[in-house]
Amino acid sequence: MTTFLGIPAPRGVGHLRGEHSFPDAARGALADSQLRRNLGHATRTIRGKRANVVGELDDWEQLRLAGSALKAATMARLDEHLERLEREVTARGGTVHWARDANEANAIVTRLVQETGASEVVKVKSMATQEIGLNEALEAAGIEAHETDLAELIVQLGGDLPSHILVPAIHRNRAEIREIFLREMPGVDPELTAEPRRLAMAARAHLRERFLRAKVAISGANFAVADTGTLLVVESEGNGRMCLTLPETLITVMGIEKIVPTWQDLEVFLQLLPRSSTGERMNPYTSAWTGVTPGDGPQAFHLVLLDNGRTAVLGDELGRSALHCIKCSACLNVCPVYERTGGHAYGSVYPGPIGAVLSPQLTGVEDNASLPYASSLCGACFDACPVRIDIPSLLVRLRAQHVDEQRKRRVPSAEAIAMAAASWVMSSPRRFAAAEKASRAGRLLGRRTGRIRTLPPPLSAWTASRDVPRPPAETFREWWARERGGAG
Amino acid sequence: MRIALFLTCLGDALHPEVGRATVTLLERLGHEVVFPTDQTCCGQMHVNTGYQREALPLVRHHVETFEPYDVIVAPSGSCVGCVRHQHAMVARGANDDRLAERAETVASRTYELSELLVDVLGVEDVGAYYPHRVTYHPTCHSLRMLRVADKPLRLLRNVRGMTLLELPESDQCCGFGGTFALKNADTSTAMLADKMRNVLSTGAEVATAGDASCLMHIGGGLSRLRSGTRTVHLAEILASTS
Ligand code: SF4
Repeated sequence: MTTFLGIPAPRGVGHLRGEHSFPDAARGALADSQLRRNLGHATRTIRGKRANVVGELDDWEQLRLAGSALKAATMARLDEHLERLEREVTARGGTVHWARDANEANAIVTRLVQETGASEVVKVKSMATQEIGLNEALEAAGIEAHETDLAELIVQLGGDLPSHILVPAIHRNRAEIREIFLREMPGVDPELTAEPRRLAMAARAHLRERFLRAKVAISGANFAVADTGTLLVVESEGNGRMCLTLPETLITVMGIEKIVPTWQDLEVFLQLLPRSSTGERMNPYTSAWTGVTPGDGPQAFHLVLLDNGRTAVLGDELGRSALHCIKCSACLNVCPVYERTGGHAYGSVYPGPIGAVLSPQLTGVEDNASLPYASSLCGACFDACPVRIDIPSLLVRLRAQHVDEQRKRRVPSAEAIAMAAASWVMSSPRRFAAAEKASRAGRLLGRRTGRIRTLPPPLSAWTASRDVPRPPAETFREWWARERGGAG
Repeated sequence: MRIALFLTCLGDALHPEVGRATVTLLERLGHEVVFPTDQTCCGQMHVNTGYQREALPLVRHHVETFEPYDVIVAPSGSCVGCVRHQHAMVARGANDDRLAERAETVASRTYELSELLVDVLGVEDVGAYYPHRVTYHPTCHSLRMLRVADKPLRLLRNVRGMTLLELPESDQCCGFGGTFALKNADTSTAMLADKMRNVLSTGAEVATAGDASCLMHIGGGLSRLRSGTRTVHLAEILASTS
């Protein structure tokens, strides 16, 4: 039994739903050889790095089990941990806001910024604010949001959407980045080359000015420690640290599932996360802050706790494991589908295998119905996931939910009819043998070559690129009956 | 030992040679093979496409057919994966706990071919002779659902006359994925293209695997390319003698 809890993320706001189904959205990416090359190169490199650093630890499986167990235990008492977090943040001079959905969260943040009188904010990469479309909401209120994570900056300047959880500009190569900078960065050195160091220097000069000017920063959080009301951001570049320390006001938007009860839990996650995500033993910057400290850092701190469909996911006993995700992106980097299509095909800020199970759960499966099918169920994601989320099983489960939704339609789909027919045929050996005999008519095809090269729709999707074996003259059961004399 | 052969629907209808090879191989090793003629399909396609309700009668039928046997073998990693990991789940989903328990018993007696040979029968050298250049693709479900690890390779390394060629990026999915190949045909084809490139880079005459469905996909692509490399099921290689 599942208890109804929460509501799905609202339509029309934020980035959890694509305009096109996955197969349609993927088509462009599949035809883009530059994109395929960029993605193949990047995912292969990071896969190799990850495999090396994971291989170094002889207790990796134990760590994964610990991570998974900690998550399950935390989710089981999420309400208590969240209340604890609220008390501790408040006791240390911060303010906690609860946002039921994207609209509420955007309204809260917009009001908070407006109250400071600022007309621009700096941001450190945050999935939650992308999920709710915060930048667009701020823009509508006349507030400019500057992304400061290098990859986010590339995406923002390029007028693009992120395509990876950790490397949002993974679909771009250096030459493309140089062009974007030359085009969009005011005052950039016209001699800029595509050398990574030169690109980073250009971004740095561009960002420094914004850091020093900004009165308000907006961040996400990788973790929140309920025990002490502490927020943490884990990053590589140090731009996040600038956002977290320089401005006067800091607003953190965090999904409610990011909580851990105690500092000790971080021991596990801070080992799992960097090795799984960037393939490093330790990430360069881990910033932690607790409330406000007079005379040091931001003097006003707000924490926005975001639901946006999460309690609905939590209400599903099996599906809730998708909320265990620590957004390391390991599953993206090992996914053969992601590697070919890139992140935009998923139509949500959460792409790849985890996106294929998380997005439809946050929105309700009918709003992202093609995503659970965007997988060959090869299982590489489960093996890579540092908190052991059984993504293939969740995919199968979501497919079943979708099919059950479809059953309510008055006219069943061709697929549903075919599946029901196949079930009827195959649940009887007599009917199955008869069907095999009938399929031998297929031998009329491909008589010359021994291979069938074209079939009518929907099987034409197969023969577009693959031949089909010609049905044999004798099925196995016929052979068995002839040779061994069994019934058949 | 008396071993019940679960050939799978695809094996029966399209690849009888795989079933005949499995019988030949096991009989050569001195075992009795029985073919329960009531068998049809494990329901994997239904489960993986979301049709759990339609899968239920297939699960029940499979359990009833194979319940009388102590050892069951299937020359298909993905169908054994379905029996082992999904049958009980489908039964539980339909609130049939009794069927789930029976399914678990059948599952615990069901082995993929290389598992049966190495783990149950304790043989790694089946006395095969196959004078060809061969590369092996470890199908996803054998690799990750069943964790057969290097068992098929251990068997292949003992085949006389054969040159075993290492497949680059062997653990990458070939792109079949059942109805995935139809629903996401373009992505499936892109994955297949890379798998074929890796197979052809080995210079192998034959690509083998423990799953007729993946081989049908890879072989269908290789045939379309007129590549001259063909696919042969692991069972057929192990059954060959001089
Ligand atoms: S699902 Fe697992 S592997 Fe994928 S991003 Fe989340 S934690 Fe990482």
